[in-house]
Amino acid sequence: MSLLDVRDLSVVFQRRGERPFTAVDKVSFSVEPGQTVGLVGESGCGKSVTSLAIMGLLPKRGNKVTGEVRFEGANLLKLRPDDMRDRRGRDIGMIFQDPLSSLNPVIPIGVQVAEVLERHQGMDRRKALREARQLLDAVGIPDPERRLKEYPHQISGGMRQRALIAIALACKPRLLIADEPTTALDVTIQAQILTLLKQLVDETGTALIMITHDLGVVAGLCDTVNVLYGGKVVERAARHELFARPRHPYTHGLLNSVPRLDSVRGERLHAIRGSVADNIPWTEGCAFAPRCDHVVDACLEGAPPLEPTATGGDLRCNNPVPVEVTVP
Amino acid sequence: MLRVIVRRLLQLAVTLIALSALIFIWLRNLPGGPIEALLGERATPERRALLTKALGYDQPILVQYAKFMQRVLTGDFGNSIRTGDPVTEVIGRAFPATIELALVAMIIAIGLGVPLGYLAARHHGRLLDNLSIAGTLLGISIPIFFLGYLLKDVFTQNIHWFPPSGRLSTGVDNTEVTGFFVLDGLLTREFDATADALWHLILPAFTLATIPLAVIVRITRASVLDVLNEDYVRTAEAKGLRHRVIRGRHILRNALLPVVTTIGLQTGALLSGAVLTEKVYNWGGLGTLITDSISGGRDYPVLQTLILLAALVFVVVNLLVDLSYAFIDPRVRVR
Repeated sequence: MSLLDVRDLSVVFQRRGERPFTAVDKVSFSVEPGQTVGLVGESGCGKSVTSLAIMGLLPKRGNKVTGEVRFEGANLLKLRPDDMRDRRGRDIGMIFQDPLSSLNPVIPIGVQVAEVLERHQGMDRRKALREARQLLDAVGIPDPERRLKEYPHQISGGMRQRALIAIALACKPRLLIADEPTTALDVTIQAQILTLLKQLVDETGTALIMITHDLGVVAGLCDTVNVLYGGKVVERAARHELFARPRHPYTHGLLNSVPRLDSVRGERLHAIRGSVADNIPWTEGCAFAPRCDHVVDACLEGAPPLEPTATGGDLRCNNPVPVEVTVP
Repeated sequence: MLRVIVRRLLQLAVTLIALSALIFIWLRNLPGGPIEALLGERATPERRALLTKALGYDQPILVQYAKFMQRVLTGDFGNSIRTGDPVTEVIGRAFPATIELALVAMIIAIGLGVPLGYLAARHHGRLLDNLSIAGTLLGISIPIFFLGYLLKDVFTQNIHWFPPSGRLSTGVDNTEVTGFFVLDGLLTREFDATADALWHLILPAFTLATIPLAVIVRITRASVLDVLNEDYVRTAEAKGLRHRVIRGRHILRNALLPVVTTIGLQTGALLSGAVLTEKVYNWGGLGTLITDSISGGRDYPVLQTLILLAALVFVVVNLLVDLSYAFIDPRVRVR
């Protein structure tokens, strides 16, 4: 049994007087214990909404979530709110994009780590703080004893993200969801945080869902990659397969637009034309069609289904990039 | 921290001295005055001149002010022109009544305002929220004296739930210790006096509380709405923390920062509101004293001390608010 099995997950935002907006459209994927799975796509493709839906953290009003999110067999979407509350932080941890705004500014770091231990492991404050000290130490925060009493504004951005990782992993969850954990950090710190995540995930055997728009992050970390576009999974493949032979024109375009050190000097960087906002009425065809270089008539008539490929992945495309044509 | 306090206290002293000069000069330039009030309109010029000289009002205003300040520094605020009693004594009698009223009003305003504001924010855009917006608008716009007479009419004339005026029923025997009747009753174990004092407090306190209450509901609501969208509240939810902890530690603790500031500023509204409320309920506090001192012939010594006292209360409360702010928010503490 998979650790997490997401089946046909859809999230529709409904506002009074406005047309319903489908942010996530029948997304399915699964995560095996200890596996690292990437959800990749540009802004607005539905990757964050997917993660919030899994955690049950979407606003109570104004949206409709359908499908199944099975965690160790139990459908999280059908749990009572209090039961879901018991699981968050204990079975599934989550870290967010902006470490400064994600920490409470008026509470010491130590308490913010300790409170999750108090909640799920029944520790008292003293014991939880002692444990918190070790956790801060484990995520590489120097002088953890002093940091316990400090406030988020007193420590650096990298340390804040480390503290958030300590919070998310405090109760040794079986699944960790990281939503763009390095986006708000500068490049050198990004690398440190990714290395730390990889190390912790390897040590604890925690499964990881890595949400990112950065293919560099995927390359260094993920076993399997799901490429999302317009709220749908358009391609799924093992990491090496994806980088070696991207089949979907969108994946191909993403990989082509990554700057490379070994490219010819003076050559223009490839860009995918248009932006996600161009594809509003996609119910009729493939959402990527307006931006696609491989578009054929069939793409405008009906959305292609997600079909298995010969190499063990899945692909949603009428006219995929031929296998021979690979990234230069 | 200590340096901040010392600096603020020095500022306070400067403010009060400047204010005292302003009040002194302004009061003595008002039309009418104690001479007319004491002697009547048909007094002869000679008698007026005699009394003016006796009270020292014939001297240049700066000389009068210098003499006043000289006496103030020795703790002598002069005697009331109306009654002849020392000003400190006159004000000392009325002070506890007003403070008691204002404190209870503030407790009502905070005790109801914060939960209501929180609930309104949590029900954003729904019935409860809309009711709170309409209710607070009404609360802010309704004149205090009108509301006072309305409540008095309904609750003391139509249904006899509360007494119409005063601080104690006739026949209730209380021993004055502090002048705060609720507290006195508790101290002397005369619990019937405490109950009676509370019973008299309810209507006036509610009348006085309406404006601060409405303001606190509004500020709390807006502030909680802001905080609900903060990432750290999402983090708290992602930790699976209990509602109670998220509400207290993560939402309210942050949302109450602007509310605390508001509470300080509302002290001013309370002081001015007390004048009207006390008039309606015949309360006999500072508000009553101030109206009597104006209409009863510009009782300069009482008036200038009263206004200075009100200013002092306002400034001190806001100093405390600023200090508590630094206590609640570690980001303010660093400087």
